[in-house]
Amino acid sequence: MSDKHPPKHAAEEGSSKAHRAAPAAEETAAVVSVDTAGGAMEPSAVPATAQSGQLPGGPDTLLRKIFTGSGMVSVLAVLLALIIGGLLIASTDKQVATTSTYIFARPTDFLAAVWNAVTRSYIALFQGSVFNPRGNSVAAQFAPFMETLTIATPLITAGLGVALAFRAGLFNIGAQGQIIVAGILAAWVGFALHLPLGLHLLLVLVAGVIGGAFWGGLVGLLKARTGAHEVILTIMFNYIALYFLRYLLNTPAFQRPGETNPISPILDPTAVYPQIFGTQYRLHLGFLLAIAATVLVWWLLNRSTVGFEFRAVGANPKAAQTAGINVSRSTILVMAIAGGLAGMSGVAQVAGTEKVLTDGVAATYGFDAITVALLGRSTPWGTFAAGLLFGAFRAGAVQMQIQTGTPIDIVLVVQSLIVLFIAAPPLVRAVFGLNPRRKKPARAAKFRQAATTGGAA
Amino acid sequence: MSTKLSSPRPGNPQPGDTSNGTGTNVVSAKPVTWRTPVLLTVFGLIALVFFGLLAPHQTASFGISTGEDFFQLPALAVNAFAGGIVLSVLLLGLAAYALFLKTKDRPAPGWLTVTFIVLFVAAFLIWVVGGARTPSISLAGLIAGSVTLAVPLVFGSLSGVLCERVGVVNIAIEGQLLGGAFTAAIVASMTQNPFIGLLAAAVAGAVVSMVLAVFSIKYLVNQIIVGVVLNVLVSGVTGFLFSTVMQEDSDQFNSPPGLDIIEIPVLSSIPIIGPILFRQSLVGYLMYIAVLVVWVGLFKTRWGLRVRAVGEHPQAADTLGINVNATRFWNVTLGGAVAGIGGSFFTLVAIDSFTKEISGGRGFIALAALIFGRWNPIGAFFAALLFGFADNLQSIVTIIGTPVPSQFMAMLPYLVTVLAVAGLVGKSRGPAASGIPYVKG
Amino acid sequence: MVRVLKLELRGITKRFGTLLANDHIDVVVEPGQIHCLLGENGAGKSTLMNVLYGLYEPSEGEILIDDKAVAFRGPGDAMAAGIGMVHQHFMLVPVFSVAENVALGAEPTKAAGFLNLEETRRRIKEISDQYGFDVDPDALVEDLPVGVQQRVEIIKALVRNAKVLILDEPTAVLTPQETDELLDIMRQLKAGGTSIVFISHKLREVKEVSDTITVIRRGKVVGTADPAAPTAELASMMVGRAVSLTLDKAPAQPKEKTFEVRDLTVIASNGQHVVDGLSFDIARGEILAVAGVQGNGQTELTEAILGLQDRVSGSIRLDGKELLGRSVKEVLHAGVGFVPEDRKVDGLVGTFSVAENLVLDLYDKPPFAKGISMSPAKILENAKARIGEFDVRTPSAAAAAGTLSGGNQQKVVMARELSRPLRLFIASQPTRGVDVGSIEFLHRRIVAERDQGTPVMIISTELDEVMELADRIAVIYKGKLVGIVPGGTSRDVLGLMMAGIPPEEHAHTTGQAPAAATASTSDAEGNDHV
Repeated sequence: MSDKHPPKHAAEEGSSKAHRAAPAAEETAAVVSVDTAGGAMEPSAVPATAQSGQLPGGPDTLLRKIFTGSGMVSVLAVLLALIIGGLLIASTDKQVATTSTYIFARPTDFLAAVWNAVTRSYIALFQGSVFNPRGNSVAAQFAPFMETLTIATPLITAGLGVALAFRAGLFNIGAQGQIIVAGILAAWVGFALHLPLGLHLLLVLVAGVIGGAFWGGLVGLLKARTGAHEVILTIMFNYIALYFLRYLLNTPAFQRPGETNPISPILDPTAVYPQIFGTQYRLHLGFLLAIAATVLVWWLLNRSTVGFEFRAVGANPKAAQTAGINVSRSTILVMAIAGGLAGMSGVAQVAGTEKVLTDGVAATYGFDAITVALLGRSTPWGTFAAGLLFGAFRAGAVQMQIQTGTPIDIVLVVQSLIVLFIAAPPLVRAVFGLNPRRKKPARAAKFRQAATTGGAA
Repeated sequence: MSTKLSSPRPGNPQPGDTSNGTGTNVVSAKPVTWRTPVLLTVFGLIALVFFGLLAPHQTASFGISTGEDFFQLPALAVNAFAGGIVLSVLLLGLAAYALFLKTKDRPAPGWLTVTFIVLFVAAFLIWVVGGARTPSISLAGLIAGSVTLAVPLVFGSLSGVLCERVGVVNIAIEGQLLGGAFTAAIVASMTQNPFIGLLAAAVAGAVVSMVLAVFSIKYLVNQIIVGVVLNVLVSGVTGFLFSTVMQEDSDQFNSPPGLDIIEIPVLSSIPIIGPILFRQSLVGYLMYIAVLVVWVGLFKTRWGLRVRAVGEHPQAADTLGINVNATRFWNVTLGGAVAGIGGSFFTLVAIDSFTKEISGGRGFIALAALIFGRWNPIGAFFAALLFGFADNLQSIVTIIGTPVPSQFMAMLPYLVTVLAVAGLVGKSRGPAASGIPYVKG
Repeated sequence: MVRVLKLELRGITKRFGTLLANDHIDVVVEPGQIHCLLGENGAGKSTLMNVLYGLYEPSEGEILIDDKAVAFRGPGDAMAAGIGMVHQHFMLVPVFSVAENVALGAEPTKAAGFLNLEETRRRIKEISDQYGFDVDPDALVEDLPVGVQQRVEIIKALVRNAKVLILDEPTAVLTPQETDELLDIMRQLKAGGTSIVFISHKLREVKEVSDTITVIRRGKVVGTADPAAPTAELASMMVGRAVSLTLDKAPAQPKEKTFEVRDLTVIASNGQHVVDGLSFDIARGEILAVAGVQGNGQTELTEAILGLQDRVSGSIRLDGKELLGRSVKEVLHAGVGFVPEDRKVDGLVGTFSVAENLVLDLYDKPPFAKGISMSPAKILENAKARIGEFDVRTPSAAAAAGTLSGGNQQKVVMARELSRPLRLFIASQPTRGVDVGSIEFLHRRIVAERDQGTPVMIISTELDEVMELADRIAVIYKGKLVGIVPGGTSRDVLGLMMAGIPPEEHAHTTGQAPAAATASTSDAEGNDHV
């Protein structure tokens, strides 16, 4: 590293620590590619410490890079979270409790019981999400994977919405509300209007995306005009949307004729997503749209002037403004697009899997989307992969609860632990004994902070 | 940070600006904006039209005394139309005064805004009750109920005050409340002692806070991210243990003995005030104490001065020998303990067992109260009371059958908060260094 | 009562990663002395003082007080040992009162930890009276002028019985008059038995007040000097070679005036007129330098031209077209090149690559973009050309701009702004915090732009830079134009103008202006800028 800093500047840089950016960023930039307009930048609003671990070091061997790189940290973070989740499962397991009473007499029994409890649950989780060998046909064996993709669909699109906002320095905690508003509009178009095949579905999609974009854009507008913090705004907007939905579901316009339950009529057959592999799987067209959305967001961020503006505003709003970028417009636009992406999740719910509107239309997808985006480090394909992983957890957890009685809540635990660990690489490396030398993560983070405090209060 | 950047336009220089000659370094008073007076006028007009002119000609009756009071006051009966007109005229009077002050370049004083809010709420209440099928409610019950519902909100927002004042954003209030509620239930059940449960709740809240502190202070993870994730984590852990442990044997693990209401003799029989101040559970009394202690602590003691310095300008505090990160760590932990006590309210006072997600988003309302109360313990307390009032009104409205959908009542705290953060109800300024990790050197 | 204190730094070394900020520095501060640490920006002075003040732990070496080694674990220890520090950026909590700020960290309390600010108020009054400070203990710090805030900082140290007071670049934000007052205060403090470590790079002040001078360059002590030594000698010690500030600059050949500012007024959010009725012109092929002490409206002036200010009146015309009321983008498109005063905040996106920063305000124009689709290949091509042209030292075009040194960052900004045909070039503090080698290069580029026939406006608080570059000098004070004088005007005249006194009011100095100007060029204070 020292060869990159001619001694000439050494003293100068030493005393002005703020601008002495982490060589980490430099390293990352250099490693990524020469494709400078594209992937060279780290997402702006991702955890400041995501990069902080790779600080001053001697010559970086390939091996060390693999073991200390962010990819490895992600894998280890998932592993660590699964281990802790496993311990939680074991701690409430009856067999484990029984064997623990004579743990000193026969510790092997105890350990075997722990191993059993954990592996049984995780095997069930795997079988419920990827491949079920007990299926009586190939189709049935792959049914869990199809279910994973189905559940991943709204996670991916909402996750993209959160990730995109992150890159522009905004914390979009509001995917939940955006999904709800999108769901309301999409569902209404789906059951109240009766239109020809094709056009009807298109209109459902458009209505949902506009609904989400409106709800997200409103936050952007308030932020741009009044300086209100988007975290607070989006949290409040989630609840406003929820209570508005509950109100609507109590009005005749949204209730099934002759019923007073808070549930809407079923959407017209012309208004729902076709199932991609036939009726045996729930997997629907929305998944292909999610892939398309991922490509679109990638292009938008890395190859378009709009994305350049978003990223510039996210990384340093003052410099962006001085360079002639309209920060207010970017804020409104990015929140609207983020809302539109989350809106696609709302459509996937009402037109893909649920086919009706209830007050649980968003389930917890909006909040899960935040963890998805964080795990995906706010990159489009990272978010896609993270959506698949969490989709698998969700799908598998249902099977796991049926087979082993392990409550679905364990998924929440594992999910949140993954995100926590990924945000704190030094912790993960310390746990796995991969901290080869003393580091000073603080300084890197400080530099990043200077550039990215943008959104964070 | 705010990205309030608008396109430039030629402005009109203020003629005769006196600060002009004295140079750039002299600060003149901040210009008084039209925002507040105009907003007051708008709300005054809304009150006049809806609560006054369009009000039903029914008489709304408000019970003031309860049977336990040592002297009985007659119920307050107000003609909804007349009451609405009178109150909205008063509101418009206040708005006019604010406009008058603006022409003199003076801001509307705090009491004016507070009075306005109180009168507006009163007008609203008369309108709602006047339009109901049974236009009669117990005001005493309404207010006492509001205070009760506000208890966890107050504790939650005090937690927020303690954390944000020291420079750490606490989005994890919800998780702290939930953790406190769960721990209080399980520990009180196992020990059959609600006081130990209360203590355990404080510890649980502190533990959740410590995770927030460690990740945000030591590992410099963005505080909002940690907060959001912690809420999910606590929800997952409590949900998991609820299903695996509590539901398996609810007698042993989920039937906590409650904290009784302690009535202070004589005083508790004063109409209206009695039930609010002197007929509370231990947690309720603790609430009043906590608000006062936090306020006095923050603004009158050495500890508070240091805490606020760390939250405003950590570097300055550091150069004066104050350990910034330790101060932050312990304050955040303390905040968690306070929220944990608030959580115990759910399982030891309000309901006698734990259920999943028992806190039901109140942590976020507490966050809203913190902002609406402008990062001040007393302000947060009154904001929480207002939100508790809205919450209580929501259920009462459903019972007495008014035309206002209860969902809109439930929406109220969130709408009010949006207005508050959008600066429509005066400028809120949080601690300057809130959310920014402190890195030495 | 007066406890004298001898302070010694022995072999202090401070490393940041692989960077050596302080390299075996030895300094002895004798009791009751004003000891100056002289050095360029980035020479390592502030790092050294932060070590002394306990903010940094030294990598090697020790601190001795009265010949006994001490170890400071934090500023608290340093203060307890009698060391006080006034930081370059004040360490005051803006929303606290003066008394609260002074009390913080050493609060007098009543029982149970309750504050006793009465005691603090009394001490502030006491010190205030002793040194003639006019400080109200109950004023909010954010409402106080910079000069008074600095006094609050000094009071903070004195309340803690500081025997050694470190002043880190204390004059950077002061007017010449305030500077003189500060120097007086320093002498008074010294007379009262307080030693002072005075960190500066401004030779005039250093010579005036110091007893001993230690010169630091690139983290090392290069020698001690006598305050009576000739300025040129001190300057060459400081920058490490003989300094010649005479830039090879042909006389300006001003053509038609294409940039006109009329009655420009900017009103800040607090209602002040931060720019107040400014009017001036710049001709093609001429450099107009706007001189003044920091905070006299320079920032707002450039922001108003660029379209970043909200409440502006008057007129700004470029090539006959009105710029006022246009968006930043429109102003840039009209051919304005702009180098902001704080490149890290306004000029660069630190996490973006060098290549992206080189198109930060050109990203949406051909050839870098077609419609909304950008062309990475063209951006990379452009980056390689600019890096070569401006000799930007960067590992690659893909390196994050934040990782470059200050000088190279500034080259990136300058390269970007000069890479397109300009109708007006504005550079604010173009060489602040930039190493000597880069300064010359950047100055040459600015002059080259002038010689191409572009009107150039330089905003600088450094008289040396102003005198080196300017064809004409406009001095502003408290947002108002004090006067416009020719490039060769003496620094004495300029100094008075920067204090708000127009040239006609100090007629006795104007007669010697040309002579003074030549003199000052030769006794340059070094290419160093705050």
